[in-house]
Amino acid sequence: MQELAQQVVSGLATGSIFASMALALVLIYRSMNVINFAQGEMAMFTTFIAWEFMQRGVPIWLAIIATIVIAFVGAVALERFIIRPVEGAPPLTIVIVTLGLLIAFNGLAGWIWGYVVKAFPSPFPSTPIQVGGVGFSAQDLGVIGVSLGTLLVIYLLFARTKLGLALRAASLYPEQSRLVGIRVSWMMALGWGFASVVGAVSGIMIAPVVFLDPNMMQGIIVYAFAAAVLGGIESPIGAVIGGLLLGVVLALLGAYVDAIGTDLRLPVAFGIIVIVLLFRPAGLFGRVQQRRV
Amino acid sequence: MNLRVLGTAAFAVLVIVLPWLIPPFMTFEFTYVGAYTIAILGLVILIGNSGQISLGHGAFVAAGGYTVAVLLQSLGLSYAVSLPAAAIVCGIFGFGLGAIALRLESVYLALATFALAASVSPLLKRFKHLTGGVQGISMPSPHAPEPLRHLIGTETWFYYLTWGIAAIAFALAFAGLRGKVGRSLRAIRDSEVAAVAFGINPVFYKTLAFGWSAMYAGLAGAILAIVTAYVSPDVYGIPLSLTLLAGAVMGGLDMMWGAVIGGLVIEFLPLYAQRVNPALSSVAYGIAEIAIMLFMPIGIAGALQRLRTVRS
Repeated sequence: MQELAQQVVSGLATGSIFASMALALVLIYRSMNVINFAQGEMAMFTTFIAWEFMQRGVPIWLAIIATIVIAFVGAVALERFIIRPVEGAPPLTIVIVTLGLLIAFNGLAGWIWGYVVKAFPSPFPSTPIQVGGVGFSAQDLGVIGVSLGTLLVIYLLFARTKLGLALRAASLYPEQSRLVGIRVSWMMALGWGFASVVGAVSGIMIAPVVFLDPNMMQGIIVYAFAAAVLGGIESPIGAVIGGLLLGVVLALLGAYVDAIGTDLRLPVAFGIIVIVLLFRPAGLFGRVQQRRV
Repeated sequence: MNLRVLGTAAFAVLVIVLPWLIPPFMTFEFTYVGAYTIAILGLVILIGNSGQISLGHGAFVAAGGYTVAVLLQSLGLSYAVSLPAAAIVCGIFGFGLGAIALRLESVYLALATFALAASVSPLLKRFKHLTGGVQGISMPSPHAPEPLRHLIGTETWFYYLTWGIAAIAFALAFAGLRGKVGRSLRAIRDSEVAAVAFGINPVFYKTLAFGWSAMYAGLAGAILAIVTAYVSPDVYGIPLSLTLLAGAVMGGLDMMWGAVIGGLVIEFLPLYAQRVNPALSSVAYGIAEIAIMLFMPIGIAGALQRLRTVRS
């Protein structure tokens, strides 16, 4: 029972990383109907930036804040210079551009920081926290707390601020929004900025667990795809629940189902993506879309 | 038209005389170029003509390689049986995946095939009894058949075999894509609804394209495995799938002979980039993909062709 509780919490911790990355994907999908395949590599790259700050003696929390600012500004600039020119292009073109970003960021990180795996300091204490007689890792609880906090901030931003209203309007009704004076194209850039911030936070949270190297997000981004598809790729709340669910399911499968273990987690994610897309393409929380000719 | 025939003939002559002009180790590299060209040609058929994307063609390359390895090493069959068998296995595998693919729209298909690419190496590691797990499977070093071995040597024999298969692959693609199949595929790509209205069956043609291109990827995988005499899971990860796609984009997504350019780039760029930094080729692929999509969506081959038309 005790072990089960620990497994569930550790599943929720990785799940909240999947949830955050999935939310980053959903933020961009909602604003431009495209998946940013480079989301994971952008998160990896910003995590390296945080590591670099700390190598130069910047305190960890300050390094995180500086990284978040860089992640936001960098992603907005990326959208303006690289995505903007293909905004109206067929989805396939934008997909290939984001794949180009994926490969380029991966190579760039390898070039600058090398492929040797690096330890990344955890911002949380290493002693377990006792809750009801069961010891939980402070790292797990911290990751869950920070991720859910970030998600809450994003939710409040979108639901309760005028900027959030403009962001939502621009993605749902671009033409009408333009008429009331919203700069729709800039809203997309801001969407990229916020998605990148969420990604940077997830990268920093997961790096102490998976260690820092240019390929650290390649598995995680696949789980984030699965989480986003499971929850419904248009639904932010779906992405979060999909991510947490996937985290717990994978943790339990890894611990209790020998046939799957930890080896087959990526194929399981692939299976989830295919099954959901075939039988319930809108996911658990998405609205079924009518297709127009 | 005459120019095209002339160009093809000149290219064929170049391919035939090349092994006699270059040092033997380069023959090996140009054999790889041939294999990559076949795989990229498959992507040109799939993405350029049917409009379906695959980020997971590494899976078919792996299936081709492992089919050959298992048939040769574990069952002791000959090359002449294993190579076509790998093509057939991958074609069937591709038809199966194509049946799923045609139900997914472009962005979702990209997502699903990306996850497929990520699943290949864990699956290969997991089913150890068949695949040899992390160690992979070693095969006997390939030999050319008896009289040829002394005449031209094994390297040159595999070079000719690979480019011979490539020639058949090109001929098939050329014959198929210029006729009814190609027209139907491009009609579906441009508007599925309109294509249906003209009596074209999208289910048939889209799965056909997927199976066809998977067969090419499998053949390429089989050749690579035989030439290397070794298969192991980590070769077939996401980077392989993305590299093949980068090759297709660089050559030009709907340019058949762009596949040769793509094959040349993905074989030789990493070799030369290695001298500066191992990461340079990734950076170059990434930037090239972005730049081509932004400024030259027709790829290198397309740009060369346009240059020629402008001049004449």
